Amino acid sequence: MPDLPLAMLAELTHRCPLMCPYCSNPQELTARDRELTTEQWADVFRQAADLGVLQLHLSGGEPASRRDLVELVIAAREAGLYTNLITSGIGLTEARLEALNDAGLDHIQLSVQGVRAEIADRIGGYKGGFDRKMQVADHIARLGFPLTLNAVMHRDNLDDLPATIAMAERLGARRIEIACVQFQGWALANRARLQPTRAQVDRAKGIVRDAVEQMKRRLVIDFVPPDYYSDLPKACMSGWGSTGLNVTPDGTVLPCHAAQTIPHLIFERVTDRPLAAIWHDSPAFNAYRGTDWMPDLCRSCDRREVDFGGCRCQALAILGDASAPDPVCRKSPGRAVLDALLAEEGKADDTYIYRRT
Amino acid sequence: MTPQSVPYLPRGVRCAHDRVRGVPVLLGPERVLMLDQIGTEVLSRVTGTQSVRAISEDLARTFAAPRDQIETDVMEYLGDLAEKRLVEFKHA
Repeated sequence: MPDLPLAMLAELTHRCPLMCPYCSNPQELTARDRELTTEQWADVFRQAADLGVLQLHLSGGEPASRRDLVELVIAAREAGLYTNLITSGIGLTEARLEALNDAGLDHIQLSVQGVRAEIADRIGGYKGGFDRKMQVADHIARLGFPLTLNAVMHRDNLDDLPATIAMAERLGARRIEIACVQFQGWALANRARLQPTRAQVDRAKGIVRDAVEQMKRRLVIDFVPPDYYSDLPKACMSGWGSTGLNVTPDGTVLPCHAAQTIPHLIFERVTDRPLAAIWHDSPAFNAYRGTDWMPDLCRSCDRREVDFGGCRCQALAILGDASAPDPVCRKSPGRAVLDALLAEEGKADDTYIYRRT
Repeated sequence: MTPQSVPYLPRGVRCAHDRVRGVPVLLGPERVLMLDQIGTEVLSRVTGTQSVRAISEDLARTFAAPRDQIETDVMEYLGDLAEKRLVEFKHA
C-alpha cells in the first residue's frame, strides 16, 4: 500500500496573461472549454481531503483567470484543506483579494519575474505587469495575508539575487523561494537561453548562504539550485507517487506536472475514475513508485531512498529513457551527456521562445 | 526569546487534526509538520496569552518534571519553529 499524498497541485486553468519562457505548463496547453467546472473541482477537493491531502495549491496558468476563483477557495476550505494561491497577481483586484480573504484563503505565493519593470515585463511578455504586481503586493500586505515570494531565477536575472531577496523583505514576505529554473515544459525549449553559468551559480550559493544567516527569523529562504550544476540528483516530488499529485485543467491526474512528457504512460482523469483509485491503482502512478522499477545503479545505491533515482522526466528529456538514472548523478553514464549539453549552453543569446496559449 | 515572551501562531499557521492519518499536525505555508506528543502538549498551550514561563510551569505540573529543564526544551522547540516562521512572539 503506497503512502498517502499530503499535497495536491490543482492547475485550475492553463490560461495566463503572462508568457514566461520558463513556464512549467506543458508545451501543449489545455483549452478553456476543456477545463473542469466549479462543481467538478469542488468534488476533486473533497476527494483529495478524503484521500489524505492536507495542502492544496491553486495554480495554473494564472488561477485568477478563473472567474470562480473565490468559490473554489470556499470549496477548498469547506473540504478542510490548507489553501495556497500560486499567482502572478495579474487579475487580482483589491476587491477580489478582499473576497479571497473573506473566503478563508490561507496563503499567497506571488511570482516575480524580475526586480525592475524593464526585465520583469520583458520576461513575462506583459507590459505594465511589474507595476501591477507591486500594487497587488501592497494589497496583500494590507490585508495581512502570509506571503511567499517565488522568484524564478536564470541567466538573465540570477545576478539580481541580492536585490530579489531585499524585495521579499520590502514586500513583507515571510518566505522567499529562490527557484532556479527546472528544465521542463517551456523552459526545456529555452534551456540554452536560460541556463546560468557556473560562475553565476557559485556566486548565488554564497549569497544565499549569507542571507540565510542574516535574515534568520525574519525571512525564510528556500533555495532550489540549478540541478545541472549539482553532483547528485534532486529528490523529485520526494519520490514518484509518494507525497504529491497534480491535477491538470481537464482533470487528468499526474504524479508530477511534467509527467505527460513520458510517452508510454497513460494518465487517467478524475472525471472517469475516483481520485483514490487513480492514486492507488493506476499503472502510471505505480510505474516509478518505490525502488522496484530502478536500474541496478540506483537500486544498489545507498541514496535510493534519499533521491529516489532523481527525476524521471529529466532522464527522458536528456537520455530518451524515463527509467534511466537521472543524468545529474555523477555515478550515472548519462552524466557525460549532460556535461556535453552544459558545455554548449550558457553562451547562446538568441531570443526567448515565449509561451503561447 | 525570553521566558517572558508570549508565543503565538501567526496568521496562516494552525494546528489541525489529520482525520485520515489520525494524527495532530501543524499546517503552515507550504509546510506540514506531524506533531508528536511533546509538540502537541506545547502547541496546545500556545494561545497568544501565556508566556514561555507560564507554559513551562503548566507542563512541569502536568508531567511532574523540573520546570527549568522543561523550559529549556520548550524554548528550543519554539525557537526551531520560529526559524521556520511558524511561531512568533509578543515581548513583555
